[in-house]
Amino acid sequence: MTISVPDPSQKHQRREHALMLALVSPALLVILALIVLPVGWLGWQSIYHDGFTLENYRRVFTEDIYWRSFALTFEISLVVTGIALLLGYPVAYLANSMPKGWSILILSLVVLPFWTSVLVRAYAWLALLQRTGVINQLLRYLDVTGEPLALVHNTFGTVVATVHILLPFMVLPLYATMQKIPSDLMQAGASLGASPSLTFARVFLPLSLPGVLAGCTMVFVLCLGFYITPELLGGGRTVMVSMLVSRNVELYNQFGAASAVAVVLLVSVLAIFAVASRFISLDRILGQK
Amino acid sequence: MTTKRDFRFGYALLGGSLGLFATTGIAAAEQITFVSQGGAYQQAQTVAILDPSAKKLGITVNQDSIPDAWPAIKTQVGSGKPIWDVVDTPTGNCLRGGEQGLIEKLDFSKIPNGAAMPEGYRSPYSVSYEFYSSVLSYSQKTFPKEAPNSWADFWDVKKFPGRRALRNHPFATLEAALMADGVAPDKLYPLDVDRAFKKLEEIKPHITVWWTSGAQSAQLLNDDEVDMEMAWNGRVSAVAKEGAKVAFTYNQGVLQSTSLCILKGAPNLETAVKFLNEAVDPVHQANLPLHIDYGPGNPKAFETNVIKPERAAQLPSEPANAAKQALMSYAWWSSPAGEAAEKRWASFMQK
Repeated sequence: MTISVPDPSQKHQRREHALMLALVSPALLVILALIVLPVGWLGWQSIYHDGFTLENYRRVFTEDIYWRSFALTFEISLVVTGIALLLGYPVAYLANSMPKGWSILILSLVVLPFWTSVLVRAYAWLALLQRTGVINQLLRYLDVTGEPLALVHNTFGTVVATVHILLPFMVLPLYATMQKIPSDLMQAGASLGASPSLTFARVFLPLSLPGVLAGCTMVFVLCLGFYITPELLGGGRTVMVSMLVSRNVELYNQFGAASAVAVVLLVSVLAIFAVASRFISLDRILGQK
Repeated sequence: MTTKRDFRFGYALLGGSLGLFATTGIAAAEQITFVSQGGAYQQAQTVAILDPSAKKLGITVNQDSIPDAWPAIKTQVGSGKPIWDVVDTPTGNCLRGGEQGLIEKLDFSKIPNGAAMPEGYRSPYSVSYEFYSSVLSYSQKTFPKEAPNSWADFWDVKKFPGRRALRNHPFATLEAALMADGVAPDKLYPLDVDRAFKKLEEIKPHITVWWTSGAQSAQLLNDDEVDMEMAWNGRVSAVAKEGAKVAFTYNQGVLQSTSLCILKGAPNLETAVKFLNEAVDPVHQANLPLHIDYGPGNPKAFETNVIKPERAAQLPSEPANAAKQALMSYAWWSSPAGEAAEKRWASFMQK
């Protein structure tokens, strides 16, 4: 019989694991209590009300107001994602190609609005876009338009403000991806006689596509759940899915009707992540690497 | 080792704070939790009604606030252990809550102040607490001389051109549509829902904003975003007080109320009944409009001499003003027909 001498390094490792588990346990408990349990309860409510029922889902899939809201929500999310990409790509490119000091400045300008609440930014857009707002006043002063333009209380105003709020979620993953593209690849392209635009199109752009996909997924998914901007700037006509959720709580005397809408939205989001993760790792979408 | 001790220290802290919550919960002998909608409105009540009532009864009135109490009433009573006692909420919530077993039936022999109110001002589950009105308001800049004075004028886009807003809710909006179509304010109920929606389709292309919150309706008027809109009287007068050139008419306004009701299984039921009676006392009630532009729920408040005649004339529930308006029927809105109309609203908005 041999007395097994405990390997001190193993013991140390075990203790470290235990310590780590102890350290993350509060966070895990918080996630369990604040996310897993409520989402489970949400799902349960949507199918159980005085017995098992699919009534809430029948309503979501058959009544055309739900279909319209989902269609509008996906449409707005697509448009917002497209505009954010068009605006965000050049910004990320510039930040990547400029000297350090400049790129820090550009990125801070992108991130700065993050520290302002979404509500305040929505009101700021209202002040800019409304009938007596800055833009309409300016257009009138310059004699460009006679009648003030309807820039807000519609889908247009909603899209403008949403793009503004979500832009950092496009720029940051793009920038992170571009940072990892070795600059000598461009030089190699140039040394082989390619023009800058050709090197960009054939070398840089394809290498930056993971960032594009990450940014687009992030913006699209976040936009699907937007509530405050369409509520304040949509004029009541732009009914996105999240607003349908809150309206269903008021309208039907049970949470199940709202839960079902939330569950369908959640499943759509997970499906989008699932599809996106076939092309790119989830860590990347969530900005880990 | 140190980490372990730190954890214990953390748990001790956590336990201590939980204990603290528990002890504050049983500190006072007689108390209730009263819930209203917060903001300037709840502050006005605190001065006019809540503090004086608490003092007179020798109880503690704990306050909470929530913009829409209905979902919370459902969850609290549903859980079997409500934490609130008395709720100030739109009368319709008290009625449907009563029907669904979420609200206590009131014993009016213990509520003499409520029993003395006219029948239209109470229900088996609730007592009127305050009145407000959905009125036609307009910009005096756009309409310096002839201003819109009825819902028919609001619908008349030729005679009164300008941007318009309505509330994104069927309450009062369907009533306004029917009055625009010629129905008399006292002949509205049961609402002819088809006729109302048909009339609304007519004005829909001319509505710039369908507002969702009172604050939004005030901002629309204040910033000249619209030239006329349906809004709550208190919101319009607040904007006017700040210097905006806006006005409103009580003509064809829709008189609405919030009521007090008690949650089923309220933790302090007996004290809650005593408080409810005190809160609708004519004198406390008469004090409310001295602090905010809402009318007392108890009409006897107008007989107390607390409200000066010129002040009374500004209030929605003052008898002469009330006579020009339609009194909202919460009984109709919480009936199956009313609930169906409410659901139809969503599809009307999205078409």
